[in-house]
This record gives sequence, structure tokens and C-alpha cells, in this order.
Amino acid sequence: MLSRTADNLFWMGRYMERAENMARILDVTQRLSLQTHGGAHAEWTAMLALLCAEEAYAERHGAVTENGVAAFLTLDRGNPSSIWSCVRAARENARSLRATIPVEMWESLNTTWLALRDLDETALQQRGLREFSDWVKERSHLFRGVAHATMLHNEAFAFTRLGTFLERADNTTRLLDTKHYVVEAGGKDNDPAAAYYEWGALLRSAGAFRAYHQTYHDVITPARVAELLVLRADMPRSLRFCFDKVTENLTALAEGRPLESERLSGEFGARLRYGRMERILNAGLHDFLEEVLDRIAAVGLQISRDFLMIV
Amino acid sequence: MATDGVFDEMFGRDGHARTPYENIARWLAETPPDQFESKREQADLLFRRIGITFNVYGSSAGTERLIPFDVIPRILAAREWRTLEAGLFQRVKALQMFLQDIYHDQHIIRAGIIPASHILRNDLYRPEMKNIRLPGDVYVHIAGIDVVRVAEGEFYVLEDNLRTPSGVSYMLEDRAVMMRLFPKLFQDNAVAPVDHYPAELLRQLRSVAPERAAGAPTVAVLTPGPYNSAYFEHAFLAEEMGVELVEGQDLFVRDDAVWMRTTRGPRRVDVLYRRLDDDCLDPLAFNPDCLLGVPGLLSVYRNGGVSLANAIGTGVADDKSTYPYVPDIIRFYLGEEPLIGNVPTYRCGRPDDRAYVLEHLPELVVKETQGSGGYGMMVGPKATREEHEKFRRLILDDPDGYIAQPTLALSTCPTFVDEGVAPRHVDLRPFVLTGKDGMAVVPGGLTRVALTRGSLVVNSSQGGGTKDTWVLED
Repeated sequence: MLSRTADNLFWMGRYMERAENMARILDVTQRLSLQTHGGAHAEWTAMLALLCAEEAYAERHGAVTENGVAAFLTLDRGNPSSIWSCVRAARENARSLRATIPVEMWESLNTTWLALRDLDETALQQRGLREFSDWVKERSHLFRGVAHATMLHNEAFAFTRLGTFLERADNTTRLLDTKHYVVEAGGKDNDPAAAYYEWGALLRSAGAFRAYHQTYHDVITPARVAELLVLRADMPRSLRFCFDKVTENLTALAEGRPLESERLSGEFGARLRYGRMERILNAGLHDFLEEVLDRIAAVGLQISRDFLMIV
Repeated sequence: MATDGVFDEMFGRDGHARTPYENIARWLAETPPDQFESKREQADLLFRRIGITFNVYGSSAGTERLIPFDVIPRILAAREWRTLEAGLFQRVKALQMFLQDIYHDQHIIRAGIIPASHILRNDLYRPEMKNIRLPGDVYVHIAGIDVVRVAEGEFYVLEDNLRTPSGVSYMLEDRAVMMRLFPKLFQDNAVAPVDHYPAELLRQLRSVAPERAAGAPTVAVLTPGPYNSAYFEHAFLAEEMGVELVEGQDLFVRDDAVWMRTTRGPRRVDVLYRRLDDDCLDPLAFNPDCLLGVPGLLSVYRNGGVSLANAIGTGVADDKSTYPYVPDIIRFYLGEEPLIGNVPTYRCGRPDDRAYVLEHLPELVVKETQGSGGYGMMVGPKATREEHEKFRRLILDDPDGYIAQPTLALSTCPTFVDEGVAPRHVDLRPFVLTGKDGMAVVPGGLTRVALTRGSLVVNSSQGGGTKDTWVLED
């Protein structure tokens, strides 16, 4: 396969997943902010920090407000990580892939883009943020479903999946760190009643609320939520699951060649496979999550070296 | 229904449906108008969803627009098509021989049929191609010949497109959409299929691969990229043929061969169906400012390490200043009379012709010899006095740069427009394929329609639309 094609597939997968993740982050932030009484904007500030987007936001919208951040994350054309920009980027990548991806896949992505392109701020507000987030998630599910059901499960599919799972790992990591940033931004800490709702909101935004109860049959505790989203092999948004998928796809692409990207991903996957939650929590969840982000970046970089820039 | 003095494809001149159109005319009369309206909306939606758009030059980068599609088909009887097909083969065959000749022995110049200066001083003549032997002596693998009709049985070639003719994807998609919207029409009418075009194209491209690659040559489509107006078509053809769609940045030259960069390392390419102009193919040999091509490509090509379709330097044969010579070219190489004629053409470089043209500007169509896509032309009867004067000056400044033709009464075909069904002018672009072992053309081609009342300009860049084109089987 052409290196450029592989690059387009990888980023198509990443951007579509990123659009979904933005919707999820938006969703959890809104849920959290509904629980704080007194109108502090800690959650919204925290979210910007989580995305490393405080400066970019301030430049475009000034003071942090719910509407401002919502606009910044949804339809802001100047924000490269807004849902608008992500879907556009996914679609632009797909446009270069017209000869590679199935027609149904292009049509689905193009339909998503056309609907989003024609949406303005007023229409979005009428529709409601929650409803819009649900729509984005649905379109992303559709994207993956169409990919799964219509693409040949070959190299092209593997590159798309790589993008999806690397991006998802990134998102889960950031979601798990929400609490850390909320505290940093001046939010309350150590209030057990609030903690229940906060972690509950996080689970819901990861689509894992029911999975939690089916797994633990018990009250929501931070340690278990972390375990579910970091170490569980059967939880599709957990870091363990994502790293396993990344490694699996790299192994398929390597076809027996020794590839550094596969090693980097597999090595971290082994830590997740054999790690214990207490150890991670004792050493500090935030530090651990920072390390995960570094490893995701390293794997991403190495993927380009292994497949995209060889002559 | 028909406009005065103009031949209508459906109703001829007397208002009675012509034989090939009998079924369709009945269908048109019997179907309630609101049903057409909903089908048209569906068609629009389909085209937008599959993303058949084209980029318009001159508007902001990457602007996409939909080419209007008209649901009333344009129909040719089997007998009409047989005549056209023979004429097209004859013309393309002669043009191949002409190109082979002017890049080798130049018999036609020595015979005094065409002045040497006309060829050798033409910017589109590529001296780099002198004495290069191409597989099968094929220069034009894909030709798009624009044909117009003025009466029953009276067709003319308006233009030969021998460089990178586009539009074939619309021919295929128009048919696909038509079959989806009106499946019953295809049960009631024996319409010759066109879907095998990509397979035929691939077969012809493989046939001209360098000998070294015999057996399993690697074919790729070379595109200027997603911002090119015909990108959709490039992707479409690559997909349909199951070959890679490459950009210049995906290719490089090493060891006298062309390679693609792939995820498993370099892979050799044998045939490039290039949709890039000559000028942009190789910055080392041609325009150094155009970075869409592949440095070193020309030298590999000259040594036979890769085949290009079409060959470099075919523009000299489809240039509007060469067009008037084509009937003589056919007579010279084939010893036959042209089966499809040329539109009478005045060459402004000739004093007599020029005087006539300047005197009759309001009646003539004036074209820049090197223009394309409906740019750089003036339709006399529709132009303003200022435009007449502008073209008078242009012709006087550069007589060789212009030709003029009488304004033809192009045939019309009923078309859905805002005020209902009305006759609009159409042309036809069939796509003629040539490989090492012969020629092929799928029945029909692309019918373009000028949607503005009275307009003769059918180019999509100038607001033209398209129609499905049917050739009925006997």
C-alpha cells in the first residue's frame, strides 16, 4: 500500500475517533458542571487544561464560560480539535482515499460532514448539546461499523484501526485525569457524595456505566473506575484493550518484520496486562496517566517511521 | 417543442418523436410532473452523497460544485452509433499515425500537407519525443472526441481531446444513477451497457507496458491531487480498475525505473495513466515550478522504463490550429475520406480567412487555438459589441492564435429546467481507447447539455450539465 494512503487511513481513523471523544469530553464536563452548585466554571476550565487548549481558547473566546467552551469544542472552525474540524479532517483524508475505501464508507462519512457543515450555532443550541453529542457518537459508531462490515480486513483496515485505538487510548487517559484537573482548577475534593456523581459521570461519558455495575456489582469507587478503564481486558475503551488492539494490528502489519512501533506498544501492553491497580494508584494516577500519554505519542511517531517515511 | 430551425434529438424538425425516442417520449408524457421532481431531488441527493463534485477553477481553493444531471436520456439508434463508431476509429487511428510520423520521419511535412513551421514551432510539439519508440506506436491511449449534430445523420467533430480528456466518470455514474432511479426504463429499452469501460481501460493500459514487465505489469493512475477539478474521476477510475491512485510525491526515480513509496518499501510502476499535463510531469525536464510531477520521469520514459498514457506531446495533434488539417491527415495516412467531417474552420493566420472573420465576427464562434474548457472563446451572436471589439484586437495582435467557425445550430434534447421541459443544446463526447492490439469504444459517451436557454456552451466549468447517453441495441 502507498505510504500516503496508509497515512490517510490512520488519520481518518484518528480524527473520527477524536470527534467522538470530543463529544464524550463535552458530555462529561456538562454532567459534572450540573452537579456543582454556585456557578463555578472549574469543570470547563479543567476541560481546557485537559486538552492543553487554555491559550488557544483564551485567544478566541476570552473568559471561560459554558457557552464559550461548548462553541469552541463543537463548531469553532479556528480550533483544530473542534468536532467540526475533526470531522472535516477525517473527511478530507477520506477524500484522498476514494480509490481505497468502500463507497459506503465514504458516503457515510461524507453525509456526516455535510450535516455538520450546514449546522450553525443557533441550530446547535436549539438542538441541545447533549443531543448533538449523542449524534456525533452515533455517526462515529456508524463509521466504525461501516469500516468493520465493508472494508476488507487487510492492511487498510489495520491502519484505520490503529488510528482509532491510539486516539481512543489518548482519550481514555485524559478522561481519567479529569478529576485531577478539576481539583487543580479549584474544584472541590474529598467529598465522598460528590465523588460518586463525578465518577459516575465519567463512567457514563465513557459509555461504561452499565459495564461497571455488571463487573463489580457494587458502589462506584474511584479505584474500581480506574481499574475498569485502565486494566480491564474486556472493556473496549480501557487502556489495556486499546493497547492490545494497537499491538495486534501492528503485528499483522509487520508480517514478521521486527518493528519498533510494535515493540513499544507491546511493551506497554504487557505492563497493563500484568499490572496491579493499587500499585498504580499508590504511585499516583496522574503521573501514571502522563506516562501513558508519552507512550501513545511515542508509538504514533514510531508508526510513521516504520510505515510512512521509508524509501 | 423544437426551436425553429434546430434539429431536436427527440422530435426532429416536425415535432413527431423520432424512432429511438418513441418509448421515452411516451414515458415523458405519461409520468406525472411531480414524480419527476422527486426523482430529480433523489438524483441530486445521490450525486451529493457519492460526492461527484468537481472543483471550479478561479473560485476559492477546493470549492466543490455538483454538475447538474438531467434525467431525460439522450438516445442514439444502433445504426447511428455504428456510423459514429467507424468514424471515431478512423479519426483516432489517423491521429496516432500523425503523431508517430511527426516525431519520426515527418512524411506529412515533406509531402507538403502541413507546413513544417506549423508543427515545429507549436509549443505543444515536444522535441524530447523525437525518435522515441513507444509500445505499439500508441500515443493516444484515451481520446475524448467531441461530436455535435445538426441534422438527421449529420454529425461533425468539434474538437479532439488527446491529452487528458475527462468526463468518463460522469458517463458511468449517470448510468448508475439512472438505473437506480428508473429501473423499469431499462427493462423496456434495450440499452447497450457501458460499465465495462474501466475493465477495458485497464486491459488497454496493460497492453502497452514495457516488455520487461510482460505478464503482470503494475498500473497506477497519476493525479495532481484532491484539489484538481477532475480528482473525483481519477479516484473513481483507480478504484474501478483496482489500481493505486498516486500523486507525484508518492513516486520517485531510481535505477532507470519509477517506484512508488509503499508501507513495505518501494514498488516498481510499469504504466502510469497520468492525468497531469505534460508541463507538470517532470520538473527537471519541463516547468521547474510545477511540483506535482516526478523528477527524472522523462528520462526513464525515454529509455522505455515506464509507459505513459497518454504519451507526452500529443497536444500538438488536438490543438485547435491543427484541427483544420485533420481531414487531410485522414486522407494522407489512410487514403480514405473522413466518415465524420470537421466543422468548417477559418484560420485567422491566413489573410483571406482573417479578413472574412473580422467582417463577420457577430456570426462566428471565435476560439483561442490553445484554450480549453470553454475559456478563451467568443460566441458571436451571443456576445456584446465590446466583446466583438475585444476579439478583433486579440485576433489582430496574434492571428495564429485564433480560429473561427460558423455558429452551428447544435441539436437540442428535451431537458428539465426551471420552466419545465424545454429543448437545450447538447454535444457528445465518446471515449476511444487504443492499446497495442487494437481499439475499443464503449457505446455512447458523455452527453453534455447547455442548461441556459439558447446557450451553446456545454462545458461543466461554464454551467453545463450532463445526461445519460443510450445506444439502443438492435
